[in-house]
Amino acid sequence: MNIYPEIANKLMTLEEAVRRFIRDGSQIALGGFTVTRNPMAIIYEIVRQRVRDIHLVCHSNGQALDVLIGAGCVKRLEIAYGGNGRYAPTCIRFQKAIERGEIEFEDYSNYQMSLRFLAGALGMPFIPTKSGLGSDLLNEEGFSPEVREEPKVANRKYEIIRNPFNREKEDVILLPALTPDVAILHAQYVGEDGTVRIKGLTFADGEQAKAADRVIVTCEEIVPRSSIRLDPDQNTLPPFFIDAIIKVPYGAHPTGCFTFYDYDPVHLNHYKKAAGDDDLFKEYLDEWVYGVGSHEEYIEKIGEERLLAIKADPILGYTPGLERK
Amino acid sequence: MHYSDSEIMALAAGRFVSDGDIIFAGTGVAMLAATTAKRIYAPKAVVFFETGGIDPALTEIPMAVADLRVMSGTCLNSGLIEAFSIVGHRRLRTIAFLGAAQIDKYGNLNTTMIGDYHRPKKRFPGSGGAADAASLASGFIAFMKHEKKRFVEKLDYLTSVGWYRGGDSRQKLGLKRGGPIAVVTDLGVMKFDPDTKAMYLAEYYPGVTIEQIRENTGFALDTSKAQEAKEPTNEELRILREEVDPQRLICMAR
Repeated sequence: MNIYPEIANKLMTLEEAVRRFIRDGSQIALGGFTVTRNPMAIIYEIVRQRVRDIHLVCHSNGQALDVLIGAGCVKRLEIAYGGNGRYAPTCIRFQKAIERGEIEFEDYSNYQMSLRFLAGALGMPFIPTKSGLGSDLLNEEGFSPEVREEPKVANRKYEIIRNPFNREKEDVILLPALTPDVAILHAQYVGEDGTVRIKGLTFADGEQAKAADRVIVTCEEIVPRSSIRLDPDQNTLPPFFIDAIIKVPYGAHPTGCFTFYDYDPVHLNHYKKAAGDDDLFKEYLDEWVYGVGSHEEYIEKIGEERLLAIKADPILGYTPGLERK
Repeated sequence: MHYSDSEIMALAAGRFVSDGDIIFAGTGVAMLAATTAKRIYAPKAVVFFETGGIDPALTEIPMAVADLRVMSGTCLNSGLIEAFSIVGHRRLRTIAFLGAAQIDKYGNLNTTMIGDYHRPKKRFPGSGGAADAASLASGFIAFMKHEKKRFVEKLDYLTSVGWYRGGDSRQKLGLKRGGPIAVVTDLGVMKFDPDTKAMYLAEYYPGVTIEQIRENTGFALDTSKAQEAKEPTNEELRILREEVDPQRLICMAR
């Protein structure tokens, strides 16, 4: 018997969500930011299903970005920042892929990318800003003219216009809106009615979800309607934006999830070492992604000791005293 | 007195902050400096992060701008759009603390790459919010390791605009406020000439010589106004070590 009748058609497994909504060549926006709330469980499933030629659109992505690039799933990237805090000041597989000329990439800034998602969410074709005037974000173009002809790629990186509302000359940058095929995010809670609640910082997850054609949400817990509607000011997205819901406790590991668990320094340090070497990285993927049949198996593999070590204080939201070196 | 480069840099930068300032904190030493500024020099300053965390408790030092510690004990948790509405807000005095791989004599920063853009010798994370903070904030302070290869005549990539090409060129771009206030390195503190906007040496740390700074700078640096910096006091170092970074995650690093 389905215990969540309202979202019965949206509840599915990671396997089904990837199979139904993600294709070779999909343009995808990932929720979270560097070491926090990356939707890792579904990222591993994307890698296992060997999805190819993904076009990622990101502000600051970290672990999820690096695993997807390292596993050869990504063809094209529009990005502001690829880093994982202390554990990889520059994301390692991201760095290698660019230095080796393995992916197409275009640089923007965090604010610019957030505005592009906002424009997509609001149904605006482009959005103005003054941020980045004079910088090489404007002078250097990553995408070739051929790439600019492809679907889901704007035909220009930006345009500069004169502010039409100012008598004095004032330059303004116009940025093309983003409407990804799919937005994927990891939330702490989904209500049994499908309402999404992100605790802590939301980054640009809301804008990304509203800009996308399809939205996949993985979550730590599915909670009663009465509970998610008790304090609706805390909620992030209404149910009708969401196409797939997957309950995956520790679904952001090894990145952190506010009030649930901290980032896992032991795993991130292990990853850092593996990512630095092609053979070790292949072994890492074999061991932690391809060799793991399900998310449950992944959790078991991390082990109770690590999970207890990173368990967050529910009030502080992080794990005080966690060994973070 | 023994102190690490990170420690003297955090203290030197912290002195630029006043009560009421809103500090936009980057990662690494910039994070340490932002926290230090609030604990020691300007308790009524507010530290906030481009990710949307405003005025967190900072009982433990965050290791990234999205660290769960930037969401804890805040006055408000929001997101990127809200954060950038603060950085450039006309009513606020906002100071960004930014690190970089390269800087030129007008305080423009590179955090993107070395070599050819399309096939770089070395790729860095990219702008993140740095280009935005440099464009929009009331001012920024750059944190650099003082090396010739980092203090360059010409950047490999201009990620974040400082005084652009000097003089009033920044204004002419359409950036009505802001610009670099100072550059804090492991050797000293640089400032910018009010007219030409060229970098000059303002302070060198005890034990460092002006010659040493010249040798490690890849462009001509005016050192005529340079003074020796004050030694950090025991009390400053105590607060830094015991209260700002009790786990010594950034303090002891070079």
